[in-house]
Amino acid sequence: MAKVVFPDSFLSFTGGEREWHCPAENYRDLVQAIVRRWPDLQEPLDKSAVAIDGNIYQDAFLEPINPDSEVFFMSRIEGG
Amino acid sequence: MAEAIEYKQIGRSPVRPDGVDKVTGRARFGADLVLPNMIHGRVLRSPHAHARIKHIDLSDALAMDGVYAAISGKDFINVEGGEVGGEGGGTLGDVAKNVMARDKVLYHGHAVAAVSASTIAIAEAALAAIKVEYEPLPPVLDVVAAMAEDSVLVDENNYTKLPEKPDNASNIANVGKLVRGDLEEGFAAADIVIEREYKVPMAHQGYIEPHACVANMDETGRGSVWCCTQGHFEFRAMTAKLLGKDMADLKFIASEIGGGFGGKTVVYLEPLAVMLSEKSNRPVKMTMSREEVFRATGPTSGTVARVKVGLKNDGTITAADSWIAFEAGAFAGAPHMPGIMSMYAPYTIENFAVEAFDVLVNKPKVAAYRAPGAPQTMHAFECALDEAAIALDMDPLDLRLVNAADEGTQAPYGPKFPPIGFKACIEAAKKHPNYSAPVPEGAGRGVAAGFWFNVGMQSSAEVNVNENGTVMVIEGSPDIGGSRASMCLMAAETLGIEYEQVRTQVGDTESTGFCNVTGGSRTTFATGMAVTQACEDVIAECKKRASMTWGVDEDQVEWQDGVAIPAPGVNADVKPLSLAELAGNAAKTGGPIQGRASLNAQGAGASFSINFADVRVDRETGKTDVLSYTAIQDAGKAIHPAYVEGQMQGGAAQGIGWALNEEYIFDEQGVMENAGFLDYRIPVASDLPMIDTQIIEVANPSHPYGVRGVGETPIVAPLATIANAVSRSVGKRLCDLPLSPPNILAELDD
Repeated sequence: MAKVVFPDSFLSFTGGEREWHCPAENYRDLVQAIVRRWPDLQEPLDKSAVAIDGNIYQDAFLEPINPDSEVFFMSRIEGG
Repeated sequence: MAEAIEYKQIGRSPVRPDGVDKVTGRARFGADLVLPNMIHGRVLRSPHAHARIKHIDLSDALAMDGVYAAISGKDFINVEGGEVGGEGGGTLGDVAKNVMARDKVLYHGHAVAAVSASTIAIAEAALAAIKVEYEPLPPVLDVVAAMAEDSVLVDENNYTKLPEKPDNASNIANVGKLVRGDLEEGFAAADIVIEREYKVPMAHQGYIEPHACVANMDETGRGSVWCCTQGHFEFRAMTAKLLGKDMADLKFIASEIGGGFGGKTVVYLEPLAVMLSEKSNRPVKMTMSREEVFRATGPTSGTVARVKVGLKNDGTITAADSWIAFEAGAFAGAPHMPGIMSMYAPYTIENFAVEAFDVLVNKPKVAAYRAPGAPQTMHAFECALDEAAIALDMDPLDLRLVNAADEGTQAPYGPKFPPIGFKACIEAAKKHPNYSAPVPEGAGRGVAAGFWFNVGMQSSAEVNVNENGTVMVIEGSPDIGGSRASMCLMAAETLGIEYEQVRTQVGDTESTGFCNVTGGSRTTFATGMAVTQACEDVIAECKKRASMTWGVDEDQVEWQDGVAIPAPGVNADVKPLSLAELAGNAAKTGGPIQGRASLNAQGAGASFSINFADVRVDRETGKTDVLSYTAIQDAGKAIHPAYVEGQMQGGAAQGIGWALNEEYIFDEQGVMENAGFLDYRIPVASDLPMIDTQIIEVANPSHPYGVRGVGETPIVAPLATIANAVSRSVGKRLCDLPLSPPNILAELDD
């Protein structure tokens, strides 16, 4: 199962749970699983970027998730 | 890996395609467009930093001969919510109130009304005829004091954004935090601990071209806007939303641009010009003066940072704990999150915490500025590391090498780094002749690291093959740093033709597909990826046309050096077909040859840097001379090396200016006292040595040519590089920027 790591700003939604292991084939499925467990995370997830196995995605959707994937949510970045 | 390939076009530094127009004055910037029957718009700005607007009377202005229209906040629709992209973007509702104040003015220079008139003189006379009744309020100017529970509130409706709404309103808009490991354990393992407070002032991007636009609306509510912008598609969307218009009714054309650095990613004049043009039934030109640019457009945040870092005697960082307050200006949206995500990024640190605050003050709303937030936070941490290196009697490069992040290091913001070039930058610095040279007598040498994530985002490109085989690239990323040349080089490389056969044009919002802003060091990476894919589309089409010509299957055709040839083993007695020959015969094989691509580019590669400088401080005058400056940065692959060097040199020049002299100086009423280049001292050529550069190339595996963005990182390291050099030069740790002559003299006298 993929390892999902939540940022500090998510911990109040997850009851302090920082890591969660979740089966998912792609990013969309992963988000749906997270929101099923913590419905209030929908909006923060929509506003976040995500790093899947080290690659940062500002707008992930169907990116594949492997059983050994590491998924980190993080603030969106743009720049000047 | 891309770096193993010998490129024929990429890596050259040909003359820039826009160069002749720019040096001869033919290039048209934002203020250069003149249309028949064009009139002029001007903005009335608040004389108060904080006040309630009780009444605005436009009647006298409207009654003047030559005045076509006058508008104030009441003429605008109410816009709420909606995130605006980019650091400092904030919400659409805030952008609306920043473009034109509604019930309160929140900084000195905030727009309260605007007029259009046949001449600039009449427009300015009309502004003087507008009567505004204010109820002045105490300005909130100090970022730390603004965080106190009993502070005057900039916005009585601002509640700190937390999962549960707080009971009381506050000037703190947002809080960000990163934590890992066990701080107590980390500090217990340290042999030394450095603890300091650092200040970085609010500073402006200092782009040479002030904001300018021309709006030309017709009677049906449709029209065109010509403006200097980093992103005309996003300006179109913002303007349409602020005015309640359909974006399809607005065509935005990006002019040549005299610098942006993040400051031209949000609208200021454009919605006003559109509204004035509609009301006037004339084209309306609006330009800002330099003073307006300083007072009313977004600088970057001033910060107060408290840093505590623990290290072992061998230089290993055992723990780091930081607290940072960012000035947001009048509306929420300081770059606090990218700031704290950058702060420790170059290093492997097991135990850390950092907390940052996005704080409202009665100053201009901040906007993005190269690597938003990173220069401020990394100034603090890199200065603390320099002090640690002195305490441990270590070379500052060696201290950084001991802790350097590498491929597989878990970044402080979460993921493990893919291949990165930070260690390569440090090792290059150690071998650099400028570092081997002895420090000049009486001087100090400073070292610091820089970092930026870089981004991809959305881009589109079309490639049209002309009848003679030359190629026209059309894309939608305004060219700020030479991207047209980079696009030509990537197109030429992909197609196998010469650079000189390719032209690139930045299309308007009606002539090419959507592109996000030119910012975040994304254009060469993402739009370059779109151009490369569009060229691959052209190659596929060329192979198809060749197969038709030769009467063979498409898979029996290969593309090599700009020529269609039979694949190895194909038994066909045919003559290779060049791009020119295929294009010349296109009418018979299916019509014009064109390729297209649109994408949301992912996999932008982080770019790291090491800078070092020698400076000497005149102890009588406090003036600092920068004797030498060296910038080393990982570019992934330098498509046009001279432009990459230009980005590194430009960022260094801006960072040196910020470190030594640049700052917003406000009086007690919140009025900026130095709103002009005579008093807001950016570096001029005589202030700077030649900035030596060394490009490191650790290819980004996510880009077809290995590109990383290069435009953001160069401004990150210079603040600490200069501060560390000055501190070593005078033998005292100087923590607050700018290190201007009066500030240095005050420190030396202290």
